[in-house]
Amino acid sequence: MYGRLPIAKMLGVTVALTAAISAVMVSINWDGQEASTAAPKIDDLLNVMIVISSFVFSLVIVMLFYALWKFKAKPGDESDGEPIHGNTRLEVAWTLIPTIIVLFGGGYSWKVLHDIEEPVKDALTVDVFSQQYAWSFGYPGKDNKFVEGEFHVPVNRQVQFKMHAQDVIHSFWVPEWRIKKDNVPGITTTAIVTPDKIGTYQLICTELCGFGHASMRAKVVVESPAKFREWVTGLKQTIPQPFLDSIQQDTETNPVPLDAGGA
Amino acid sequence: MVAAIKRPGWTRGALGALAAAAFGFGLVIALRAISDLPLYQTEQTGYPHVVVPLILAPLGFLAGFGCFDYWLRWAAGMPTIPEDHSQHGAKSWKDYFRFNTDHKVIGIQYICTTFFFFFMGGLMAMLIRAELAQPGTQIVDAATFNSLFSTHAVLMIFVFVIPVFAGIANYVLPLMIGAPDMAFPRLNALSFWMLPLAGLLFIGSFLAPGGAFDAGWTGYAPLSTGAPLGQSFFNLGVQFAGASSIATALNFLVTIITMRAPGMTFWRMPLLVWANLSTSLLVVAATPFIAGAQFMVLFDRILHTNFFQFAAGGDVISYQHIFWFYSHPAVYIMMLPGFGIISEVISTHARKPIFGYRLMALALIGIVVLSYSVWAHHMFVAGMFSWLRVPMMLTTLLIAVPTGIKIFSWLGTLYFGKIHTYSTAMLFALAFIVTFTIGGISGVMLGMVPIDIHVSDTYFIVAHIHFVLFGGSVFTIFSGIYHWFPKMTGRMYDEKLGRVHFWGTLVGTWGTFIPMHWIGMDGMPRRVADYATQFGNWNLLISCCAFFLGACQLVFLYNMIVSWRFGPKADANPWRANSIEWQVSSPPPIFNFDEIPRVVGGPYEFGVPGARHAIMAGEGAEVPAAEPSVVGSST
Repeated sequence: MYGRLPIAKMLGVTVALTAAISAVMVSINWDGQEASTAAPKIDDLLNVMIVISSFVFSLVIVMLFYALWKFKAKPGDESDGEPIHGNTRLEVAWTLIPTIIVLFGGGYSWKVLHDIEEPVKDALTVDVFSQQYAWSFGYPGKDNKFVEGEFHVPVNRQVQFKMHAQDVIHSFWVPEWRIKKDNVPGITTTAIVTPDKIGTYQLICTELCGFGHASMRAKVVVESPAKFREWVTGLKQTIPQPFLDSIQQDTETNPVPLDAGGA
Repeated sequence: MVAAIKRPGWTRGALGALAAAAFGFGLVIALRAISDLPLYQTEQTGYPHVVVPLILAPLGFLAGFGCFDYWLRWAAGMPTIPEDHSQHGAKSWKDYFRFNTDHKVIGIQYICTTFFFFFMGGLMAMLIRAELAQPGTQIVDAATFNSLFSTHAVLMIFVFVIPVFAGIANYVLPLMIGAPDMAFPRLNALSFWMLPLAGLLFIGSFLAPGGAFDAGWTGYAPLSTGAPLGQSFFNLGVQFAGASSIATALNFLVTIITMRAPGMTFWRMPLLVWANLSTSLLVVAATPFIAGAQFMVLFDRILHTNFFQFAAGGDVISYQHIFWFYSHPAVYIMMLPGFGIISEVISTHARKPIFGYRLMALALIGIVVLSYSVWAHHMFVAGMFSWLRVPMMLTTLLIAVPTGIKIFSWLGTLYFGKIHTYSTAMLFALAFIVTFTIGGISGVMLGMVPIDIHVSDTYFIVAHIHFVLFGGSVFTIFSGIYHWFPKMTGRMYDEKLGRVHFWGTLVGTWGTFIPMHWIGMDGMPRRVADYATQFGNWNLLISCCAFFLGACQLVFLYNMIVSWRFGPKADANPWRANSIEWQVSSPPPIFNFDEIPRVVGGPYEFGVPGARHAIMAGEGAEVPAAEPSVVGSST
């Protein structure tokens, strides 16, 4: 009754536009260097999302610009459009299809989350202590080695960071590892990382913690197990008493892996 | 002089504020004196001799200004003053500066006040971008920088975006449903006058020792519980803004439910009315949570309670749960009224009924329900129980579905229409669809826990919130202001300047906020006064675009002021719209309608031969009577 839309052509343009946008977007390495086993998994998820998002964006653009090109009123045309109030099939489609897409994304994310947080038995534990505006680190064991402003970890071994904040909330982020976790006063939080590239990185505080927030950084060194052992053994300081107290007193709120159910 | 003191108004208001402040100050000093405490407690979190007067002075002002006069007389058993409507309507500009119970005057008071704070907040944004144009510290030190971005966000959120929608709806909504005014005009006036007080408290915090509040608009404990005095200004300002918001929402709910014109069934309400119904449902239930959170912080600060004092057994993370239980619904409080505006503008300028009207209304309700179940997605890296992240992720992703329905239905509305793009309102509405889609896409990515773990608290977040709040909410606000400007002022604005403003704003928005996604993913954290030199060039570009964006807003300001004064006279219905507010003169008469209109059909019946939305007074003879089953079934 009111003409047909060139649906096949519109879809074709949408797909072409999607391909063009996602080809460019996926070829760029947005998140920077990958230096942990979690990083490629997260970046793959991001790339899948970029492709899906490019499709959604292209669809909106094509629908909008086709309508503007085709249905723009001629100058002086004061008549009304066709009195179409809706189309149940179309409305059901644009309710159900996005639901399926986001649930797929949710399931995929859940899988990735499970994979990157899977704890292993021989993991190395490192204590992280944060205070305005400095980081320090402890290596629990009989020596309780301690170091300020810099820490080393061996490559290809899972590290479980147990985090303690002394004053306000800070957040532990190493962008190349794609891992971030808040350090919260009064509780112990945990982050799990398996670094897989030797190198020097930067630990960045990402939770506003006061005027020194921007400069609250620490050096991160990932090195071979042998070098790491040598470095730890050479450390002179031991974990100071206040920090040992916070390990003792902080409640562990996050002790169970994702699939253990929680309670 | 005596008369000025007796009469409600500015003189009595100022005296009331002074008297209340003096009483509060005296009370604190006296109590401390008889308790043998030092008279002045000036630990940075203390200052009771400042905080108590700050609570009382605004109340004293409101009482003096006349906000409570009618109720107090009634409560005291005194004879009430018969309503002579002397506080109703505006004959000169001076009437906008007094206690006024006319919803149209209050609407304009709201809009002008909130735009004042918009420009104040914008000025702070310019300072922030000036500092960030180069790595290192050039213009402000790190502490001032923290104050600037905190105040910028707070002004924009609490005294611009949320209340400007209340202002637009205040003006338009009673007209749209065929009501002579809001249900509670005096409460409406009180709601408005609390708002500038909140804004003044936020800005006034720059005068406090230690500077303005600097813990971000989120004010996370324990950074906020230990922050200097300025934080208390924030805690109190939020109370006034929140009370204003809640009272207005109650007013809207009662107005919408009880004051619709005969024949205006729920399914005949324009979508702007649906949007404000949904928003009000969110406001009344969610806003008390932020009020509570800020009271708890204030009590921790000055009464030494231990809600968030971890050393004394307080729970730091619970602040975030309470805060976000309001503040996530708040993003919909800042978006749903805009959805309503876009529906009105697109339908009118495409000359088409809204595509899937009922699903559009249901999507709003769907968003309301879902938005209460997603708050902890702000806390994926906060250290809460790990399993809670998964259900919160799924609900977060699902909320994209009703939002997507709205986007597709607006696009569907354009098809087979006659799209007119001469109005700046329509340009902003069309651009909104695209920018908001980008904001929605980055929102879905952020909803996915693994991606969020990486980009949380980076510039990606800054990009996302500005795409949804600036590219989303603010675009809808501009669209609404342009759309109803002729109705509100009785004059037309300059479309040429409108176009300059539109294109400048569009380019400025994209140029400013798109690159922020990139530097965020690449490793630049948010809320930093200084950053790694590798981000220098991008930040310079962002700052230049931000200055351009800021300058374009001056075009808008100029256009609005000059057109309001000198613009050509507007017809009653310059956009040939169907809804009731366009069927009365521009601006509408003081009580809106000589006779309440009868609603006989849907609000968007463009192109339906002979269809009418409403029959106005004196028209009865020309139009066949509505079907009896519909007339009078207003509830």
